[in-house]
Amino acid sequence: MDVRAQVSMVFHLDKCIGCHTCSIACKNLWTDRRGAEYMWWNNVETKPGTGYPTLYEDQEKYRGGWEAGAGRPRLKLGGRLAELARIFHNPRLPALDDYYEPWTYRYDQLIGAPPSDDQPVATPVSLVTGEDMKIEAGPNWDDDLGGSSIYAAADPNVEALTDSERGQLLAFERLVFFYLPRICNHCLNPGCLAACPAGAIYKRGEDGIVLVSQHKCRGWRMCISGCPYKKTYFNWANGKAEKCILCYPRQETQQVPACMHSCVGRIRYLGVLLYDAERLAATAALPDAELVEAQRALILDPFDPEIAAAAREAGMPEAILEAARRSPVFQFVKRFRLALPHHPEFRTLPMLFYVPPLLPVMATVSDGHYEVTPELLSSLDASRLPLRYLAAMFTAGEVAPIVEVYRKLVAARLYQRATTVGDVPRESATHALEEAGLSAQDAEEIYRLTALASFEERFVVPPFFREGAIESVEDVHEHQEEEGAGFLRPPRRGW
Amino acid sequence: MTWIRDLLDPKVRRWEEMYRNRWQHDSETRSTHGVNCTGGCSWIVYVKEGIVTWEMQATDYPALEAGLPRHEPRGCQRGICFSWHVYAPTRVKYPYLRGVLADLWARARAEHADPVEAWASIVEDEVSRSAYQQARGKGGLRRATWEEALDLVAASLLYTAKRYGPDRVIGFSPIPAMSMVSYAAGSRFLQLFGGALLSFYDLYADFPPASPETWGEKTDAPESADWFNSKYIVVAGSNLSMTRTPDVHFAAEARHHGAKLVVLSPDFSQVSKYADWWLPVTAGMDGALFLAVSHVLLKEFHAERDVPYFTGYLRRYSDAPFLVVLEPGPAGHVPGRMLRASELARYRGEEHAEWKPLVLDRLSGEPRMPQGSIGFRWQKEPGRWNLEPRDGQDGAEIDPVLTFLGERDAVEQVTFAEPGASRTLLRGVPVRHLETVGGQVAVTTVLDLLMAQFGVARGLEGDYPQGYDDAEAPYTPAWQERYTGIGRNTVVQLAREWAATAERTNGKCTVIIGSGVNHWYHANLHYRAAITPLVLCGCVGVSGGGLAHYTGQEKLAPTASWSALAMALDWGAPPRLQNGPSFHYVHSDQWRYEREAPEAPPAAGKFARSHTLDHQVDAVRRGWLPFYPQFDRSPIELLREAERAGARSEPEVVRWVAEQLRTRALRFAVEDPDAPENWPRVWLIWRANALLSSAKGHEYFLRHYLGLDGNAVADADAAEETVHEAVFRHPAPRGKLDLVVDVNFRMDTSALYADVVLPAATWYEKDDLNTTDLHSYIHPLGAAVPPCWESRTDWDTFKALAERVSALARDHFPEPFREVVATPLLHDTPDELAQPEVRDWVRGECDPIPGRTMPHLSVVARDYPNLHRRFCALGPRLREEGVEDRGVHIPVGDLYDAYARSAPSTEWNGVRMPSLARATEAANVVLHFAPETNGEVAWRGFQVQERRVGLPLADLAEPYRGVSYDFLAVTKQPRRILTSPCWSGITNGGRAYTSFAINVERLVPWRTLTGRQHLYLDHAAYRAFGEALPAFKPRIDAAGAGALLRSGSVPGITLNCVTPHGKWHMHTTYYDNLRMLTLSRGVEPFWLNDADAAQIGVADNDWVEVFNDNGVVVTRAVVTARVPRGLTIFYHAPERTISFPKSPLRRNRRGGGHNSLTRMRLKPVLMVGGYAQLCYRFNDYGPPSSDRDTWVVVRRLEGAPLFY
Repeated sequence: MDVRAQVSMVFHLDKCIGCHTCSIACKNLWTDRRGAEYMWWNNVETKPGTGYPTLYEDQEKYRGGWEAGAGRPRLKLGGRLAELARIFHNPRLPALDDYYEPWTYRYDQLIGAPPSDDQPVATPVSLVTGEDMKIEAGPNWDDDLGGSSIYAAADPNVEALTDSERGQLLAFERLVFFYLPRICNHCLNPGCLAACPAGAIYKRGEDGIVLVSQHKCRGWRMCISGCPYKKTYFNWANGKAEKCILCYPRQETQQVPACMHSCVGRIRYLGVLLYDAERLAATAALPDAELVEAQRALILDPFDPEIAAAAREAGMPEAILEAARRSPVFQFVKRFRLALPHHPEFRTLPMLFYVPPLLPVMATVSDGHYEVTPELLSSLDASRLPLRYLAAMFTAGEVAPIVEVYRKLVAARLYQRATTVGDVPRESATHALEEAGLSAQDAEEIYRLTALASFEERFVVPPFFREGAIESVEDVHEHQEEEGAGFLRPPRRGW
Repeated sequence: MTWIRDLLDPKVRRWEEMYRNRWQHDSETRSTHGVNCTGGCSWIVYVKEGIVTWEMQATDYPALEAGLPRHEPRGCQRGICFSWHVYAPTRVKYPYLRGVLADLWARARAEHADPVEAWASIVEDEVSRSAYQQARGKGGLRRATWEEALDLVAASLLYTAKRYGPDRVIGFSPIPAMSMVSYAAGSRFLQLFGGALLSFYDLYADFPPASPETWGEKTDAPESADWFNSKYIVVAGSNLSMTRTPDVHFAAEARHHGAKLVVLSPDFSQVSKYADWWLPVTAGMDGALFLAVSHVLLKEFHAERDVPYFTGYLRRYSDAPFLVVLEPGPAGHVPGRMLRASELARYRGEEHAEWKPLVLDRLSGEPRMPQGSIGFRWQKEPGRWNLEPRDGQDGAEIDPVLTFLGERDAVEQVTFAEPGASRTLLRGVPVRHLETVGGQVAVTTVLDLLMAQFGVARGLEGDYPQGYDDAEAPYTPAWQERYTGIGRNTVVQLAREWAATAERTNGKCTVIIGSGVNHWYHANLHYRAAITPLVLCGCVGVSGGGLAHYTGQEKLAPTASWSALAMALDWGAPPRLQNGPSFHYVHSDQWRYEREAPEAPPAAGKFARSHTLDHQVDAVRRGWLPFYPQFDRSPIELLREAERAGARSEPEVVRWVAEQLRTRALRFAVEDPDAPENWPRVWLIWRANALLSSAKGHEYFLRHYLGLDGNAVADADAAEETVHEAVFRHPAPRGKLDLVVDVNFRMDTSALYADVVLPAATWYEKDDLNTTDLHSYIHPLGAAVPPCWESRTDWDTFKALAERVSALARDHFPEPFREVVATPLLHDTPDELAQPEVRDWVRGECDPIPGRTMPHLSVVARDYPNLHRRFCALGPRLREEGVEDRGVHIPVGDLYDAYARSAPSTEWNGVRMPSLARATEAANVVLHFAPETNGEVAWRGFQVQERRVGLPLADLAEPYRGVSYDFLAVTKQPRRILTSPCWSGITNGGRAYTSFAINVERLVPWRTLTGRQHLYLDHAAYRAFGEALPAFKPRIDAAGAGALLRSGSVPGITLNCVTPHGKWHMHTTYYDNLRMLTLSRGVEPFWLNDADAAQIGVADNDWVEVFNDNGVVVTRAVVTARVPRGLTIFYHAPERTISFPKSPLRRNRRGGGHNSLTRMRLKPVLMVGGYAQLCYRFNDYGPPSSDRDTWVVVRRLEGAPLFY
């Protein structure tokens, strides 16, 4: 056993508003620089939809991620030789148009407008070329089903559906949508890392954060191809790849990543997961149907004394172990099995997990009048969204794990309804819990975690022992003394 | 060896410093966004090297009681991109003048040493006046100095006061709660000057008239945390995710606590995804569904069953048991007025007996006079204004009878109108016969009338429905289908689940409602339809229950102290406060384009008027609504005339003026609004986009206020034949305003069209206070950096203007002068008892008695040379009169003296007064004298209220009596609002604020006629318009709206155009923000259904031209299946300054904004005044200007868009 710690995340999609506050928190802090304007390390997509960059989930198009191999996975992009051959021309790379051409406006045409015969207006202009432009795409173009017959219809996840199910998703009375916020998954088996010819990408040992060294990056962009989520980006101004850094400068100072801090829907959770690195390669090579369960198995129980002992043996500080025990992510992913990885079939073993959304019940139209399915609450049977759609997104097509999650979500609500109102008979709530494999206490805890958890409970940032890291480079006391005197141009001795 | 190697070695990871350095910053300051959004989110602003870098939400709101999720984080995608604006290319850094005006001013100043004379020389010359008016909005702004700009503005103000009177100066700023000191800066200046302040809440149509109709309260809503206490939430016309972004988690989380969420929305809106049930009710028809719900509730849970909780609640807290006289009519009986104590021999000697309605008491079998009605509120003997079930005369216990079904003297056939049709229904109602001083009358109860109105037969004869499936009978589940499109089974199930939930939880059902319902012409009826099921099931005043209306009001918690400051009540005069809708309907001449009122007037009687302006004129003359300018001459001149006529004392002046009005020697300005002497002249705008997002009928604003052409093609003379009470002039005047001054940090549409733009500090550059309905904390705006470039805080701007006005006034108004101020009959004053009957002095039906049958008239002294000193000091009247809100007067004299000794103060004429020279001083005054932030003031207020109510209340404030917050305290952490005698929620012990808890738990009456929640409104106007009972009137159709008379022949598709709140801006604020434009589509599009779009050949992202008689918009289309056919959504609100091309249809002139498609329509019944809860209060009462009954034609734009 090789016990390691990873800062991991759960996004509870049922609670997501699609507000994009997270996206802007991230952009403000990290990517409003020249060359990075088009980057949204954190973005939010409407599903069904094609996402950003467009159709990124379609690996027929982009060849990102991994394929099952014998005992260990293979990069879909091909081996190192094939990769080298594409260094100077990579047809699998998204072009700027697959993202969007960033723009601004000629705002100076307002205050600075000369006298004329009509009201002045600020017109759009490209941030790349400086020329006038027509705005035809953006990082959130199909928001809230905008252009649904083009974008929602082209969502790769609808391929798994029947024609009538696909039609339903585009019919006014039966349609539905939800939001999918995305950041780098900080995978256990990152495609970007494996694809980098320069060895510039690494996983930080203490927290598993995947970074692109801005010193070592040579701008080959293979990481962009290798990542099936398209969460590494190319800074066109300085020629380096950049990606989500999980706000390590904030975490190292015990602050929560900006996108999570700012999540006003309170959908995000962050905490340490322990995993067994020894089994990584084998897990990533399993058949599709086994991936979700196998990834869960990879995650270790910090309450298990044997695992704690192995962790200590591997040199893991007690405080990390303690953080892992307080981790809300562990509760959602491992204990309650409610949170699922995004496209496990990409085999990068993403460490961001999603709780699927409860959605309105289906309706029918008769005599021109709209009647809902007479269910009290959102239900599995009357779901507006075909389960196979969710399976395509979260379980490599397996419906059973989706059903399991929904049984639990629905049962936990029925239990609360029975307890707090009583118009649902207690027996049916109990029955629902049993079917979902939950105890009443489980239901209470799921409720608490979902609805009541405070900032401090949602985000359990582990200690980072920065003094230890600095000590290996220089004396910490000296570092402390020098740090405040950081001159951009240090004064030089002389006269 | 493992698969992926982790990297630990810090030596090779030294580059990681790069991002660490990016994150580093120098300071953090707590602030917020003074935007009209009700968010009230506390933010931390980061500054690096003196430059604001970014912001993150504060998360340190004190926790609420155990078991409630916390209010953290608060702040949305809009707020978090505000830092962009601080240094944005749209930032107003310096003062600007319109170039043409700057040249004229320079020339005039060269010729006239005196700025006032210089201003006169410009505006009295039609050529020069027209020259700069024509240049408005067309570029050519020129940088000026502050001195130059202030000189010009001050000169225009003094000129206007001198030539026309100070009431020709108007000011507009919305939503004080969002930055209350900044609002107060302008309003205080304006009231010291004598100008008129325009309201916003009703102007935006955010004000829900049903709230005062039912509760005598403008709006009082639970904080969002209280949604979590609810077990059945119906969301109607409110896209929580968009507009309540920081709050919606409470709804999402309530579901996980077992609440059901039902969303009524015509489109699959963002919040619909949270719903258990999404019901796509046809836009503007929500009322029909709610009424059908009430039909089921009344039948199954009131007629067929006795649910003790429901009936007990109705008896105690609603007007359901009150007696209504049935008046004989030609076809059948007609519901009349509530039976009053004055009509019974037993009670007729009671003080205010005509304001004390009666119930039938089960114990005595007699009509009895319950305590708590409005007559008890204003009677001399205190202590009986409460909801204890006792007779107000002898204190005997009473038990009101809810229905006469069991013990009736007879069944009378009563007429009820069928909505949307001319059919009259006759339905049997059980009655009792009572002997009154006027003889025997037939009375019934409000509940019995409700049963009949809703068609619950109960074995009585008449045109009752056969059952739920009777689609022809109003208010059945089957009937509503034709309006809403929602099936009957769904509605029946909804009603049953609703009632079952309320019965099991004692009322934990909530309706969260907003502008999607409230912005329609008949919004008051839709709201009353939604309120009825809440009252019928005992949900109002209960934690987790009630009507949660959130649209725009942004509750200003410390109203009592703030209004003293903001309205300059500390110096005495009654403020000039005008309802914006009436003001703009009249002055921007939108009435001229309206041939007749959108709904058919009553066939006969006082309210049978064909044009809304006639109602408006009536309302002003009767004292129901304010109106400024007041009279057809200067109020200063009027006073002089009165003095010349021998009037010396104030009563003599008032008598003389009333007599002049009676003889018509003096006329109200509203009777001839287009006469130049009655025009508004100078408009001060701050914290607002008054010319666009606030300007319903924007194109008429451009034409009649500014003097531009505008893109309207409607007939400016449509009203010529139909208006009778006002003079109709030819041609319609253009360019009424001499000067438009905009104080702004953003070059928004209003700034672009203004004559003078003054640079304002942003929300990260000033100290101020913020509160909201959605949470119960008070927290600050803070200066993370000092005002950038030449900008100033609003406080400093108006202080500087006051200083300049005072300096110039030494020549023009050297002595204090007096003038006459007219104000309407006001809510929460004895004016509520002014008009038991509607009588017109104009028609000789009564005498003109100021303050009773007509407006109040007061004589006010003004002191311009000392205006600046008054602005900067908290005046002594506060010490003498105390503070007041909602009729609760709280003495603070000793607090004033102690405060003046300890706080920064100023001494003037030997009196020491707290200083208001700085914004933080103003903020501290607000905090120190408000019951919500100073426990001592709260405790005193409850003591006062206890005496009037006669029940213990001060115990609510006892635990917090020693708590007092100052500005420093709120900058350290948001502080919880204390339980206040001026509000109705209880926040003690961390309880989530829920409205009307004090009424229900402490038996303090609602401020209404009966003191209870009103389902029945017996005012003559409500009876005449068929709105006495909850009822349905459909939305106004395209023909009725009259918006396509001249543009309907252009090919395209005709759609209902609605303007709900957008995701990427708050109104127009943030609209020009690059972040928001990037995450949307770079321009605000029209959202069209895919089939509708196909019909006109429009594909996604195509350009479209959208128009009606009011104007035109050119933008892109978003084609989507989530919007229903027949509807187009244009999210509120774009700035027409960003990426909007020209319109080929309208002579290639720039297309407008959302308000280019609207024209104001006022609903006459909402103008009623002087009658209990139907009484004017600024921002809190009056006819709103609805905007959703708007119809447009959409077509594909021909050719490429033309920008220049």
